[in-house]
Amino acid sequence: MLSKNATKITAEKGKQEFFIEREFEAPRELVFRAFNEPEFLLQWLGPNDMEMRIDKFDSRSGGSYRFVHSLCNGGGEFGFNGVIHEVTAPERIIRTFEFEGLPERGHVSLEFLTMTELPKNRTRLHIQSVFKSVEDRDGLLQSGMEGGLNEGFRKLDELFANSIVNN
Amino acid sequence: MRRDVFQAIADPTRRAILMLIAMQAMTPNALAEHFDTSRQAVSKHIKILTECQLVNQQQNGREIYYHFNPQKMKEVADWLAPFQKMWEERFDRLDTLLDNLKAKENAK
Repeated sequence: MLSKNATKITAEKGKQEFFIEREFEAPRELVFRAFNEPEFLLQWLGPNDMEMRIDKFDSRSGGSYRFVHSLCNGGGEFGFNGVIHEVTAPERIIRTFEFEGLPERGHVSLEFLTMTELPKNRTRLHIQSVFKSVEDRDGLLQSGMEGGLNEGFRKLDELFANSIVNN
Repeated sequence: MRRDVFQAIADPTRRAILMLIAMQAMTPNALAEHFDTSRQAVSKHIKILTECQLVNQQQNGREIYYHFNPQKMKEVADWLAPFQKMWEERFDRLDTLLDNLKAKENAK
């Protein structure tokens, strides 16, 4: 691939939601499978410096999931889980998300994943995450908890600096 | 009145003002020359940028100079950076996976 598709994250201040948008050079069926089949999820969802384990993944309307990310050096585990409200192949997934590492339960968000067909066998992914409060949303955005430990980010600082210059 | 930095940089004219004064501190006149809009409109934008601390004003003799405050800008830029990177990394891996899947489909 010549140039990477841009990842657009929108998080307006004071709102309880954020959006992620990204296009892929692949037909919608494939993108959908990459989100919906465990063997594929394992290949991309886990953060760089962490190992990902699927505890449970019953991907259908009314199903549920639980994933665990663990630090490669054995430093800790981060679980998150949710129930799946709707899976409509190959266009839509609606599910809840809760990070288990928080001091109290109940900080759940609702995720809408939409895959749209584009010309030339391309696909646009749109994710909307809606939170219980602005604080919950900002917490997730800022924590880097999933991405874990900014180690991995630092490695990529230079790479991204370069890609910004090239755009 | 407290201004929202995100709103401030959402406006294309204000982004242009920031780019200009980031390169060099400018007087109101010098700045206004870069824009087709009225001086009044430009100073309105400057007022907003000043209120959210993206721009500082400095009196130098008879002239006022506008300075860019990179520290404030950094706060804004850094806010989403780790989250953005996490997803970019993920999607890079997803690109690779999709390439592999496509290759397999074509080989069928």
